[in-house]
Parts: sequence; structure tokens; C-alpha cells
Amino acid sequence: MKKPYITQKIAFSLLFLATLLLIIPVGLIVVIIVEKGISAITWQFLADIPRQGMRAGGIFPAIVGTVYLVSGAIIFALPIGLLAAIYLSEYARDNLLSRMIRLAIVNLAGVPSVVYGLFGLALFVIYFRFGTSILSGSLTLGIMILPIIITTSREALESVPYSFREVSRSLGASKWQTIRYTVLPNALPGILTGTILGLGRAAGETAPILFTVAAFYLPQLPKSILDQAMALPYHLYVISTQVPNVDEKIRYGTALVLLTIVLCMNLVAIIIRYRFRKKKSW
Amino acid sequence: MFKAVTPVGFLFGKSWYPISEPPQLGILPLILGSLLVTLGATVISVPIGAACAIYIAEIAPLKTKEILKAGIELLAAIPSVVLGFIGMVTLVPWVKNIFHVPTGLTALSGSIILAFMAMPTIVSIAEDALYSVPKSYKEGALALGATHWQSIYRVILPAASSGILAAVMLGIGRVIGETMAVMMITGNAAVIPQSFLQPVRTLTATIAAEMGEAVVGSEHYFALFAIGIVLFVLSFIINVTADLFLHKRNAK
Repeated sequence: MKKPYITQKIAFSLLFLATLLLIIPVGLIVVIIVEKGISAITWQFLADIPRQGMRAGGIFPAIVGTVYLVSGAIIFALPIGLLAAIYLSEYARDNLLSRMIRLAIVNLAGVPSVVYGLFGLALFVIYFRFGTSILSGSLTLGIMILPIIITTSREALESVPYSFREVSRSLGASKWQTIRYTVLPNALPGILTGTILGLGRAAGETAPILFTVAAFYLPQLPKSILDQAMALPYHLYVISTQVPNVDEKIRYGTALVLLTIVLCMNLVAIIIRYRFRKKKSW
Repeated sequence: MFKAVTPVGFLFGKSWYPISEPPQLGILPLILGSLLVTLGATVISVPIGAACAIYIAEIAPLKTKEILKAGIELLAAIPSVVLGFIGMVTLVPWVKNIFHVPTGLTALSGSIILAFMAMPTIVSIAEDALYSVPKSYKEGALALGATHWQSIYRVILPAASSGILAAVMLGIGRVIGETMAVMMITGNAAVIPQSFLQPVRTLTATIAAEMGEAVVGSEHYFALFAIGIVLFVLSFIINVTADLFLHKRNAK
């Protein structure tokens, strides 16, 4: 065999090894959590309140808290994000302002999540006097996922072919009618995908809710949106670092529940995207 | 808060004792902690991430490619607190036993876990960059008698270099901003780090760990917000740089 081909063999094997080095730990992480966590998952674990200082009992309030937070975030972020995306892709001209907005969104997406937490603390908790509450936390998470929703929705809107708009306009539809009846329905799967990905992110984040919602230990369900609440990611953090002698089973079980929720959301997003791609006829 | 400490004293002060009297608010140990962990994570994640991107974009057969991409999306989706937890129960004891150090909660453990958080970003953006190199470049190289590897190494990689740089920058941005995982596994000691096998504390972890106890309106409280500003500025610089690299590619 000639030398360049030997080099190629070596190079390709190294690349393959590097890929394995990345993929195998991912598999291991999931397998470990599932294997050790599955035995903790019982109806009682899912539907009971934590007992004995979180060393026994279940995680029901944390699950409920996370559901409230994620729903709150989406109620707040989806309308604003969608409107912003429609404006940016359909109405805004390519000038300094729209470029500034674009750059701002790119930057917001990269801001560390703990900085969002600080922002939420300063604005919602203290300035607006919402206190540490589900409301503050939802708003903070909502702001955090806005860039994701705007970027993906905008991409979805822009991927609708220009000819669709031209045909609609030539039939006498107004610009808004075109957007409402032609562009939006065609972009819907893309928008949905982005929204669900944003939700998955919101469900798994801990740093933004540390000082805006999270209750260390609150063995009851929140009664209003101005109550504190437990949340799954924070609960996992608490029982794995702050409380000594928690049964390993409970830790793994909590990790498994959190992982399952987040991965299911991602799976749904992937399925929507996949089916949409298959159906796409342009 | 700058009544208690000058901006220079804040950024380069060597001790962080926010609750002593008077408080010492120097964040140099925290900045160095962040840099050390980030450096470690970059050293680990960039070669592996870039290699993985090349493998996915150029070499892997179609089916393998789909599986690998799904795996990487999976990794990107795992919440940081779960990664931190897994790091605590698996990686930390290993580091402790392998290097015979008193605690496994070190900068090294943090770097390894953070590398796994940076890699999905690096792989997916670098893969996009490699993929968007025109097919004709590669065909030209192959037609001139280059092997597949030579065409990748000499033609495709240089053509995609600005996109790969952007990928690396965004990966670093993700690492600097990461909070929960580092807080759980780097040991949280606010001293100037001497080696990778020591506990360190990062900027993000400091905010997350201390904000709950800081009295609203105190110097400590404002100092934590100032750390937030430092982080914001850092991520701003990184993102703008990455954006410039990406645009350079599009402009070509």
C-alpha cells in the first residue's frame, strides 16, 4: 500500500476513535441513570410528597413545580417570540436596526443562564415585587428561551419559499392575510419544533430558578402563581449536594425523571421535524 | 459597591472574602478558576469535537451519521444538573483514586464534564461549516489524485476554518457560562488555583452559591451583580467574535 493511503487509514481510525470517545460516554450516562434509577420509580415515588427531610417519600411537588414553570414560560415567551420572528422575517428591512436586533438575539442566546437568574432576581423579584414565586421564575425562564424561539421560528418562516407569498399576493390577499393563511401554516412545524426545544431547555435549567422560585423543601403543592415552588432540577441539585445521607436510589430516580421529561420533549421535536421533512414538497 | 473596592481592585484583587469585615471583594481567584476550567475543557473538547465533526461530515456512512447526530443531540439535551450529578457519582471518585488527591472535586473533573457540554455545540456548528464547503473543491482535489484524507486535510479543512473557529468560540462561550455542573464538581474553593488537581471556584458558581445568602443592598450583593456583568461582557465578546467568523464564511 502506498504511503498516502496508510496515512489516510491512520487518520480515519483516529477520527473514528475520537467519535467513539464522545458517543460512548453519552450512552453510558443514559444507561447508568436508567439502570440505577428505574428501581426507584414507583407510583408512590412519583405521586407522594418528600418526607423525612427529603430522605424518603416522593417528588410530586417538584414535578408539579416544573410543569407550572414550563407552562408559565411558554405562555409568556411563545406569543412574544412568534411576533418578533414574524416582524423580523416578514416586515423588517435589512438595515442597521434589524442587524442590531439580530446581533442582540444572537448574544442573548449566549448569555450564561445564571446571569438570567440575576436579571430575574433584580427585575421581577425585587423591582416588580413578585417575590420568589412561580411568576418570577416563569418570566425569567421565558426570557431565557426567547432567543431560541425567535431564531427557530424565524428560520421556519424564512424557509417558506418566496413564490408562496407572491402567489398569495397576486390573488389579492393583503400582506397580513398572506402571512396568516400561507406563511404561518407552512412554517408551523418548524415553529413547534423550536418551541418544544425551548421548553426542554426551560425544564432542565437550574441556575435561572435558583433565586427566583426555588424552594429548598416545600412538601406541599403551590396554591397560586405567587407561591414558591419546588422544581425538579433544583431538587436534584439539593438532594445530591446539600442534604447528606440521601438514599442513592432517590437521587438516581429524580435524575431519571428529569432526564425522561427533557428527552421526551426533544424526541417529540425530532419526530415533528422528521415527519415535516418527509412531507415537504418544495 | 465601588465604595468598598475600586474597579481595578475588584478585577485583580487576590482575595474573595465577601462576608468578612470589611469585605474583601477581589475576583481574581474566580476569574482564574473560570479560565482554568475553560482551558481544560477546551483542550479536551476541541480536538475530539473537531474530529467527530469531520467523521460525521465526511467519512461516516449515512446510517451511522444519523445515529451519531441523534446521539449528539441527546447529549446537548441532557440538563446540566444531571451531568453534574453523574460527574459527582462517577468521575469524581475516579479522579480521586487515579491521581491520589485528597478530593476528586477538582478543576480537572470540572473540565471533563464541561468538555462534554461544549462538544455538541462544537460538533454541530463545525459539521455545518464542513458541509457547506462546495462539493467541487473536494472533487477537484480528488481529480488531481489526492486521497480522501488529503482532500479533507488540505482542502476542506482550510476552507471551513472560519466556521470551525466560530464553533470553538461558541463552545467556549457555553463552558464559561455553565453554572450548575461546575458548582457541583469543582469543589468551590475561592483560592488562586495552582494546578488542575485542586478545587477551584468559577465566576458562575460564585453567583449561584452566594446570591441566596447575600443581603439585598449589601456590598456583597452588588459585587455578585458586578460578577454577572463581567460574565455578560465575556459572553458578549465571545459571541460577537464567533458571529464575525461565521459572517466571514457567508461573505465569501
